Amino acid sequence: MNAWLKLQHLGLTEGGTRIIDDASLSFAARRTVVLGPNGAGKSTLLRLIHGLLRPSAGELRWQRAMTQAMVFQRPVMLRTTALANVIYGLGLKGHAAKECEQRGRQALARVGLESLARRPARLLSGGEQQRVALARAWALEPELLILDEPTASLDPASSREVERIIGDIAASGARILMTTHNLGQARRIAEQIVFIDRGCIVEQTPVEQFFTMPRTEAAQRFLKDEIP
Amino acid sequence: MITAVHLRVFFVLSSVLSVSSEVLRLMHEFNEPLVTAWQLVAGADARLAGIVLLSLRVSLSATLIACVAGMPIGALLAVGRFPGRRALIVLFNGLMGLPPVVVGLLVYLLLSRAGPLGQFGLLFSPTAMVIAQAILVTPIVAALTRQVIADAWSEYREQLRSLGASRPRAAATLLWDGRFSLTTAALAGFGRAIAEVGAVMIVGGNIDGVTRVMTTTIALETSKGDLPLALALGCILIALVLSINALAYALRAWAQRRWG
Repeated sequence: MNAWLKLQHLGLTEGGTRIIDDASLSFAARRTVVLGPNGAGKSTLLRLIHGLLRPSAGELRWQRAMTQAMVFQRPVMLRTTALANVIYGLGLKGHAAKECEQRGRQALARVGLESLARRPARLLSGGEQQRVALARAWALEPELLILDEPTASLDPASSREVERIIGDIAASGARILMTTHNLGQARRIAEQIVFIDRGCIVEQTPVEQFFTMPRTEAAQRFLKDEIP
Repeated sequence: MITAVHLRVFFVLSSVLSVSSEVLRLMHEFNEPLVTAWQLVAGADARLAGIVLLSLRVSLSATLIACVAGMPIGALLAVGRFPGRRALIVLFNGLMGLPPVVVGLLVYLLLSRAGPLGQFGLLFSPTAMVIAQAILVTPIVAALTRQVIADAWSEYREQLRSLGASRPRAAATLLWDGRFSLTTAALAGFGRAIAEVGAVMIVGGNIDGVTRVMTTTIALETSKGDLPLALALGCILIALVLSINALAYALRAWAQRRWG
C-alpha cells in the first residue's frame, strides 16, 4: 500500500522538553489508532499532523495535499444553533449560503440530530454536542479526519453512537486517524495501531497482531495494565 | 420619692430626646431640598429634563463610538499576533485610568480656535463633549473586551484554527459569540461616561441650555448652594445607572438560559 503521509524525523521541543522525539512513520492504512499512556505525546502528534502545531525538527511529507478536519476531546460550540455550528466551517471555506444550509442539514441527519438543528448548541448534552462536532467535521467532507479521544468524556451509549458515526465517516471514504484510551474501541476501529511512549514511536503494527502479540515489551506492559 | 434610679432614667431619656431633636432638625434641613427635588422630578421640570436628556445623548453617543472602535481593537489584541501587541495591551490597560480632566484639556487644545481642529468650531458644543467622552471610554471598552475575548480564545482557538478561520475572522466570530458578555464592557464604558465631570466641563463649558449635563450641573449648583436641583439630578443619575445595570444583568441571564 502507498503511504499517504510520511513523518521524517519529526520532533517537537517545548521549553526544553522533547514532546515528540525523532518520529519517523509511514501512514498507509485507512484507519489508524494511536495508543500510548498519558503524556506520551499522542495529542501532540495529531496536532502536528493537523497543522495546529509546527514541528521544531523533521518534516511531514504528504503524498498529495489532503483536506482535513479534526474533532477534539471536548466539543467547542458557538453560542448559536446546532445547524449554524455545522455550517460555520463550510462558510469559512467560501461555500454559498444555500449550499451550506443543505450540506449542514445533511450532516446533522447523518449523525441523527436533524430534529435538533434549531436548538442552541451549548444547551445540548455532551454526547449530542460531540455528534454536532462530528457533523461539523463531516460536512467539510474531509479526506482525513483526525479525532483526539472523541469519547473520553462520554457515557457508554454516547460513545457507541460516536463510534458508529466514525465508522460511517470511514465508510464514506475518509481516512481516520485517532487516539483513544478505550482499547476495545481501538480494536473495533483500527486497521493499524501506532504505539508511542514518552514522545517516541515504539511500534506500528496491524491491529490483530498488536492485541495478540505486540512486538515490543513496552506495548506488552501497556496492554497488561488494562483492566479486563 | 425620687431615687437614684429615677434620676438616671431621667438623664438617659433627656439625652435621647435632645439627640433626636437634633436629628429631626438635620432631617428637616436635608428634607426641604429633597422635597423640592422630588417635585422637580415628579413635575417633569423642563429644565431638568433637558439636562438629563443631553447627558444621555452625549454619553450614549460616546459609548456607541467607543464600542465600535474599542471592541474590534480589544478582540484583535486578544487574538492577533503582531509586533507591539504586548505594549498595546499594557497601554490600553493603563489608559483605563485616564483622568477625565486631562482628556478634557487635550480635546480642548485640539478644538480651540488656535488648535489643529479649531476651524470646525466644535469647542463648547455637545459634539466636543461626545469626542472627549469617546476618547475617555474607548480604552475601557477595548481593555475589557480584550479580557473577555482572550478567555474565549483560549477555549475556541484550536477549533477555529482547525476549521480554517483567519485571525481577523476568529476575532469577529468571538465578538459575536461573546456579545452578551460584552454588554459588561459597554456598560462599564457608559458608567464612566455618564458619571464623569472633568472632561465635559472643560470642553463643554457648562453653558446653560446648551452643554449643561447632570454632573456639571450638580457641581455648579452645589457650589452655588442650590441643593434641590443638584439632589434631584444626583438621584436621577443613581437611578439611571442602577436601572441600566439591572437591565444588562437581566439580558445576560436571559442569554445564559437561551444560548448557554
